Amino acid sequence: MAMLDIRNLSVRFDTPDGTVTAVNGVSLSLDRGETLGIVGESGSGKSQLAFAVMGLLAKNGRATGSVAFDGREILNAPPAVINPIRAQKIAMVFQDPMTSLNPYMRVSDQMAEVLVHHKGMSKAQALAECVRMLDAVKIPDAAGRVRLFPHEFSGGMRQRVMIAMSLLCRPELLIADEPTTALDVTVQAQIMTLLGDLRRDFGMATILITHDLGVVAGFCERVIVLYGGQIMEQSPTDPLFATPAHPYTRGLLGAIPRVDQEGEELSAIPGSPPNMTRPPKGCPFAPRCAHAGEDCLDHLDPLTEFAPGRFRACNRSLEELA
Amino acid sequence: MTKPLLSVADLRVTFELTRAGDMPWTAPRLLHAVSGVSFDLFPGETLGIVGESGCGKSTLARALVQMVPATGRAVWTDGTDLLSITRAQMLKYRADIQMVFQDPLASLNPRMTVGQIIAEPLRTHHRGLADAEVKARVKEMMDRVGLLPNQINRYPHEFSGGQCQRIGIARALIVRPKLLICDEPVSALDVSIQAQVINLLAELQRDLGLAMIFIAHDLSVVKHISDRVMVLYLGRTMEIAESGALYADPQHPYTQALLSAVPIPDPAAERAKRIIPLEGDLPSPMNPPSGCVFRTRCPRAEAVCAETVPVLSVGAHGVACHFPGPLIRTRRMAERA
Repeated sequence: MAMLDIRNLSVRFDTPDGTVTAVNGVSLSLDRGETLGIVGESGSGKSQLAFAVMGLLAKNGRATGSVAFDGREILNAPPAVINPIRAQKIAMVFQDPMTSLNPYMRVSDQMAEVLVHHKGMSKAQALAECVRMLDAVKIPDAAGRVRLFPHEFSGGMRQRVMIAMSLLCRPELLIADEPTTALDVTVQAQIMTLLGDLRRDFGMATILITHDLGVVAGFCERVIVLYGGQIMEQSPTDPLFATPAHPYTRGLLGAIPRVDQEGEELSAIPGSPPNMTRPPKGCPFAPRCAHAGEDCLDHLDPLTEFAPGRFRACNRSLEELA
Repeated sequence: MTKPLLSVADLRVTFELTRAGDMPWTAPRLLHAVSGVSFDLFPGETLGIVGESGCGKSTLARALVQMVPATGRAVWTDGTDLLSITRAQMLKYRADIQMVFQDPLASLNPRMTVGQIIAEPLRTHHRGLADAEVKARVKEMMDRVGLLPNQINRYPHEFSGGQCQRIGIARALIVRPKLLICDEPVSALDVSIQAQVINLLAELQRDLGLAMIFIAHDLSVVKHISDRVMVLYLGRTMEIAESGALYADPQHPYTQALLSAVPIPDPAAERAKRIIPLEGDLPSPMNPPSGCVFRTRCPRAEAVCAETVPVLSVGAHGVACHFPGPLIRTRRMAERA
């Protein structure tokens, strides 16, 4: 049985401009110890997908469908059900290490809080465990710095604190939502190396949410490409990059300038992402797709397996795209 | 050799965080944002400036148009030093040097229509122009950057991020500048939109013969668009070279570390890549290390690096390092690994 099983998940927000559909019928599953990348541009619904799983949607958000963790339904679950799972089973690292730490609390206090609350440790036990964990994320002089405030750490160090905090209860699944987007490239390399080491040492499953296909290439075993709240393509990492099977994935890969290659003109994707207050009836990518026909505006074929472990949602066959 | 459009020598920007003499005993606290940067920019050339946050790349750009006070020299092609003229005199050169900013929406006045925004530089720099002429030129420019001219009366919030950046580019180009300074013009945009804007900038630059200073933290983007690239660290030039040479054969250990950290969207290449880890954090620009500013994190640092500031070597491939050279696994790196 898959550890995490998401079935037909949709997330909608009621806004003054109407209902915004952020996630539109996404199904995916994740096994123990597996590393999954979720790639998408802003507004593709990748973060809201994670928030829905964690029960962290904003007040005007509604999630429908099903999210099962170890066979237990956790979508829209009451606090008594979801709270023991959060932090202990599933932990999350957020994008902005600046705003996700409490600026008024010492790092020691906000970290210890997790252990005192979830594990019933004493303050002293919790503090010792926090220092051990800060050590594990390679913060130098952890014992000396645990009493500092967040602003006394650099951006990269703050993200290490966030990661340490998320690992305190030894979660089985870590969801990292753009963990390096706010960081410089050398710091990003440090953090991704750290996440890779921790994944190995702790044996946890990881969902990495990012817009950066380069980060995914080095880190994930399997990738899901989201667009307009729907899965366009799902594939093990290597074949996705070698032979992308969806026009959107191809477009994305063609649009990235590469540091290891000589530049020709980038093949930009024309147009801009769909307005999700009026989600398109058919394929969300159709208005920007060179291969789209009338039928694409009307309906989108469901995600189907076209090679072992590889799925695509596209009305055109692979031969038609060639 | 052609005459440079802009010749910058020993440009320095220092911010006074606490003024001297606030109290009789207070010493000034100084932040050295840019510490002696020199380069020549030739007509029609694109110079990329890369570096991590806090390296002074944006401050450098702002100093060139007197948005922040700077010392040193920045000599325009007509012999005028842009850093020493008055603000009133500077106005004349602002038509020749235009900027495109990072945040596309925040750099547009939300209460002005697109037409007014794009026309504003024309109204400032060419006061005599008739309204009809201004409107015609605005529409022509909108068409040129890929905006529909019939959207002239819309407001910025009605446009997407990529379109707002096109508005910013149109505003910069309407006065036909000779130099366009782009400060992180695509870093707020999604990949698919980013490619559109990069292609647009490259095309406009080619057609209009613009010189461009392209500032970004994304090394792949800079490589793609630049003829030459300058790498900054803590306000100093580490390396400057023709783009192909810099990326294929970096000589400075910082450039090598920076390049090794860039993720490559190709699993095989990404796995094969060796990341050169940089130890520790960026030192404070208020108290930069003695000698070479990079020495505290450098795998090649020796005693001399703490004593003497390395001078940027002259020639096509300039490196500021006591031990420049192609990437090799040094003994210290091997020990750490």
